[in-house]
This record gives sequence, structure tokens and C-alpha cells, in this order.
Amino acid sequence: MATLIKERRVVTANPPSPDEKVIRLEPADDPAAVAGELAHATRVEVNFPKFGDGRGFSIGRLLRERYGYKGELRAVGHITRDHLFFMESCGFDAFELREGEDPHEALAGFEDFSESYQASVTRPLPLFRRRTA
Amino acid sequence: MYRYDEIDQRLVDERVQQFRGQTRRFLAGQLSEEEFRALRLRNGLYIQRYAPMLRIAIPYGLLSTRQLRKLAEISRRYDRGYGHFSTRQNMQLNWPKLEEVPEILAELATVEMHAIQTSGNSFRNVTTDHFAGVAQDEIVDSFVWCEIIRQWSTFHPEFSFLPRKFKIALNGARADRAAVAVHDIGLHAIKDEKGEIGFKVLAGGGLGRTPMIGFVIREFLPWPHLLTYLEAILRVYNRYGRRDNIHKARIKILVKERGPEKFRDEVEAEWAQIKDGPATLITEEVERVAARFTRPAYERLPNLDLEAIGAPGFTAWAKRNVQPHKVPGYAAVTLSLKKTGVPPGDATAEQMDAIADLADRYSFGELRVSHEQNLVLADVRQSDLVEVWREARRLGLATPNLGLLTNIIACPGGDFCALANAKSIPVAEAIQRRFDDLDYLHDIGELDLNISGCMNACGHHHIGHIGILGVDKNGEEWYQVEIGGNQGEIRPGTKAALGRVIGPSFARAEVPDVIERLIECYLESRDSEAERFVDVVHRIGVEPFKERVYGNADQRAARRHRESAVA
Repeated sequence: MATLIKERRVVTANPPSPDEKVIRLEPADDPAAVAGELAHATRVEVNFPKFGDGRGFSIGRLLRERYGYKGELRAVGHITRDHLFFMESCGFDAFELREGEDPHEALAGFEDFSESYQASVTRPLPLFRRRTA
Repeated sequence: MYRYDEIDQRLVDERVQQFRGQTRRFLAGQLSEEEFRALRLRNGLYIQRYAPMLRIAIPYGLLSTRQLRKLAEISRRYDRGYGHFSTRQNMQLNWPKLEEVPEILAELATVEMHAIQTSGNSFRNVTTDHFAGVAQDEIVDSFVWCEIIRQWSTFHPEFSFLPRKFKIALNGARADRAAVAVHDIGLHAIKDEKGEIGFKVLAGGGLGRTPMIGFVIREFLPWPHLLTYLEAILRVYNRYGRRDNIHKARIKILVKERGPEKFRDEVEAEWAQIKDGPATLITEEVERVAARFTRPAYERLPNLDLEAIGAPGFTAWAKRNVQPHKVPGYAAVTLSLKKTGVPPGDATAEQMDAIADLADRYSFGELRVSHEQNLVLADVRQSDLVEVWREARRLGLATPNLGLLTNIIACPGGDFCALANAKSIPVAEAIQRRFDDLDYLHDIGELDLNISGCMNACGHHHIGHIGILGVDKNGEEWYQVEIGGNQGEIRPGTKAALGRVIGPSFARAEVPDVIERLIECYLESRDSEAERFVDVVHRIGVEPFKERVYGNADQRAARRHRESAVA
């Protein structure tokens, strides 16, 4: 059974049960097209087919910030620990790592950076607004 | 000089740790070549023709003497005792060892430096006018805005895996000395009638394989919206920029394929959603960043008449390499890294130390790297100029050729770079040797000559008044010549322009002759000494130059015949 990182913990990935509603988005997909279904979705998967394909980062932020998606947002595809800090900032909370990547070691990737200049899903205010707050 | 705060420093330190781990995982076989490639590039590490190359960031070209001494020390300890200043105002080391790079980054972090995002498909060093803060035609101090953009573009969670590299330039003066029109995004500071500061926004410019002049997508963007607007442009680019073909992945292709109007509409629609959001800039932040820059403690001094200083050789140098300053009694001095026989932009560790001494003594311990690959002492007392000139001459940094033909911009080319089709450095040297007569050089007047060893255009050949491009013909090195390019509106009315190729390419040995014929044609055609080479090309077109170089059909046939007889 494949492992998964979910909310910063290593868990076993179970196949979706029949009452789960999973939406899968490819990098070229427009999240606006599924905006109406998000309220009923139990999981949205965004595929990162290549190590360097960054389109899914924008999709994550749009799903969270513009379309108000609150459920599980799972990054799947070619994912290593090197992506985790950024992906989490963009709203992802579940990660299927690429084959060969040890999920326990990968957890350290969330701690690559302790701060971020920009506004994002995990830090709704940019650093400069938090400094002056 | 911008001084890091605790968070700036912490992020750079954390990056060193991250890259140390990535290097270890790569050497242990846990990261593939392809994965590590993407990660090392965003730390400035290339694997080059003979050795790795490390590109160290010098944000907007501003450097303290403490940092320059560290660069000298690193080049001695980890490299071969010299460094190369690049057209992106950065420094490149050509011989570091891959496994030592994390150590080099740790050393850099001790002086608030790094190699973050100096390569790879990420935001690159934001560049600006090397006379920022001292120019008489200043609108805003562009360093402050560049630093705000530097922070916003460092480790951006959404935009760390872009389709391709992304270069932003910002100009804060009336004259454009930052070549903003040939950047992915160009920003031009403007003060409107009410005195409000804003930016003209250009997008889709760039050099490389498909050179393009950027399109104005917004005439006036009030400064509080700077980051949300950049965010909107980047989101459109990150989502829709092409990723199927590396040669079509820059934003200029997206702008071109969509059409500038449609692209602008998409950006504006995205911006409408995030405008006035939390990333909207506030006065306190601009003031906070401005206050973290150290400022020279200028004395109250009179302006001097430099022409009255009659030291032999000084006048010619002062005329070319000294620029006026907004503070009376001061001047900006350009130290030339274009001495004949030295690769353009190269400096030895000894020179770096000596330059740091000069900057400490005469320019408040700061200097700038220009995109023309020279170093600038921006705050020299006019009364010290003669002394600075003598010292610079002793160090081989006083070539009085700024703005002239031999102030050649050149990439490292085939001597170092794995991408190059041809060498750049020997071509630059051959041209410098041909035009070694200073009087003749001054008579020719202002002329930008730029050389790139391949179509990636690191030597900015498209915007040289004369541009030379190394091309590969059946495994041999040949050189294509363009004329009429222009980096930007340095003078009012002379817009940025791309050069046009004059015809078939040349063997390396022919290049100096070709340049000489172009110059002859110019000198015969100009109205007056005030009309520059590039002005003449724009007035009379490429044809007369072409004819001078290639001759008419009969002459061309005769030349071919001679050449084959020699061969």
C-alpha cells in the first residue's frame, strides 16, 4: 500500500471509498471549471507530472483563495521533499511523493524555511504586513 | 548598502542548509541528475565545459567592500584567483568544485550574500541603473524598489517553478540606463502631475533566440499596486506560458502568441481579483526598506572645474569615465574592466582587494557593478578624482573608453561556457587591438559593441550598436554581425531597438576588418560628430554598410576567388 503525507504525517493511502468524491486536475486545467463542484468534493488532486512543472502551485492557491475550497488538497506526481514547503504554502495538505522518496525523511522539507516574504495560503498576510501589525 | 535584518539573514542561512542537503542527497544517489539540475541551477551552479560555474548574486549590482573582499577571498580559496562580472550585474566563478559549493554559499552568507535564483527557471537578479541614487536625472531611488522586488521574488511559493527564467529590470531615472525594454518585465519610474510615484510597466521583452522589445501593458501603475500587479503578470505566465519547448517558454512568446492586447487584458482581469489585497504595498514598508540602506555622509563641497585639472591623460579619462553627481562636489567614477588583453568583466582577486581599498578610501565603502561589466565608485569627491585616476591607472582600471567601441560587452563564450557556439573573448581582444588608437576611438564617438558566443545572448549582442554573434557552421566557429541595436533611451528620443543582421557570417580573423569597414562607412556618412554610429544606421539604413562590407556581386566573387587561392 502506498504511503502518503497528510497534514505533515506519514499515513497509508487507502483507495477512495464509494461515497468519496474526488476531483483530479491536470496542470492545464482551469480550476474555475470545477468551482461549482468543490463544495461536494472530499478531495481534489492536482497532478505535477514533472519535477519542474509549477502550474499546480497556482492551481492550489486559486482553489483555496479564490474558490474557497476547504477539503483535502493532494499533490500527486513527481514530488520530492524539495517541493513541500512551497506546496504547503500554496494550500496543499496531502502529498503523494514520487517513487523512491522516503516520506519520513521528506517531512523535514516542510521546515526548509521558517518564514516567507510573500502572502500565501498558510500566511495570508505578507511579511511586511505582519511586521507592522 | 542594504543591511539584512534578522529574517533576511535567517532565510539565506536556511537556504545554505537546504542546498547542503540537496548536494548530499545527489552525491548519495537520492536525487536524479535531472532533479538536482533544477535545484543546483536555482543556486547558481552550472556544470560547464571544463568545470562547474557558480553565479553569485549581487542584488541590483550594489556591493560593499566587505563583500568584494569576501569575493576575492573565495576566488582565491575555492577558485583560480579571479572572477567575472556579468551583464546581469552578478559575479561568476569558473572553477569551483561541486562538493565545495555549499561551503562557498556558507561563506557568502557571512557577508549577506548568496547565489539564490541566479539561474534556473526562476526570478533572476533584478537589475537597475548603476547610477541609482546619485544620478542628476533621478526620479526615485531605484535601489529601494529593487530591494522590495528582491524580497517579493525570493522563494516565492507560487512562482518558484516557472516555465523559464524571468528577468525584471527597474529604472528610476529619466534616461533608461537599465535596458528595461529588453526584459521579461521592465519598470520605469514615473512621477505624475500630482507628484505621485508610479511605474510604466513593460512586458514581453527579451534577448536570446527570439529577441523582442517589450510592450507597454500599463502606462501608469501607482506604486502601492506594484507587487499585486507583478503577481498578476506572473500568475498568467505561470499558468499559460509554454512548457513544451524550452525555446518558446519565455514570457515574450506568450505575449506574442496571445497578442499584447489580449495578454494585457488577461493580466488586468487577474489583477482585478487581487488588487487592494494584502500584498498591496504600504508607506511604512517602503520607508522601512529605505531606512535599511546606509547612506553616504556627504560633505558640503563646491563643484570643481574638471577641465582645469591639466594632468596629462586625466582629461581624456575624466571626459569618458567620470559622470556628474546629484550632490555638488561629488562625481561617479567608472573603473573599466575592459583593458585590452583581459577578458571583458574579469577581475583578479588582487584587483578586487585593491578596488575595495579604493572604495573604502574614496567612495564610502560601496561600489556598483554595471550591466556593461564595469565597476562604479558612485560617490567620489571631485577633489579626489586625480588621485583616484592615478590609482586606477596603476591597477589597469583606467582605460578611458566608457561608451566607446572598445568598452566591449562580452559573455565568457566558448572559452568557458558549455552552451557557446564560438569564443567571444579572443574576438573582443582582436577588435580592441585593432582600435587601440585613442584619438581615433574618440573620433568615432559613442558606440556600444556587444559580443555573444551563442544565441542565448548573454553578451546582449542584439542591443549593441554593433552586435556580434558566434554561430556554428559544420562544427566551425563563425560570426554574424548585426548593426543598429540600441539598449534603450539613454538619450531622449533614441528608443530601444534590435540590431539587423548585415549578411552571411565571417571567420574569426575577418571580424576586425569587418568592424573597420563599418566604421569607415559611418565616418563618411555622418552629418556631424554628434551623430553617432547607431543614429546613422537608423537614418540611412543597413544597405550602405552592407555594401561596404560585402562589396557588390563582382567584388564578392573576386574575394571568394582570392580566399580559395589562399586556402
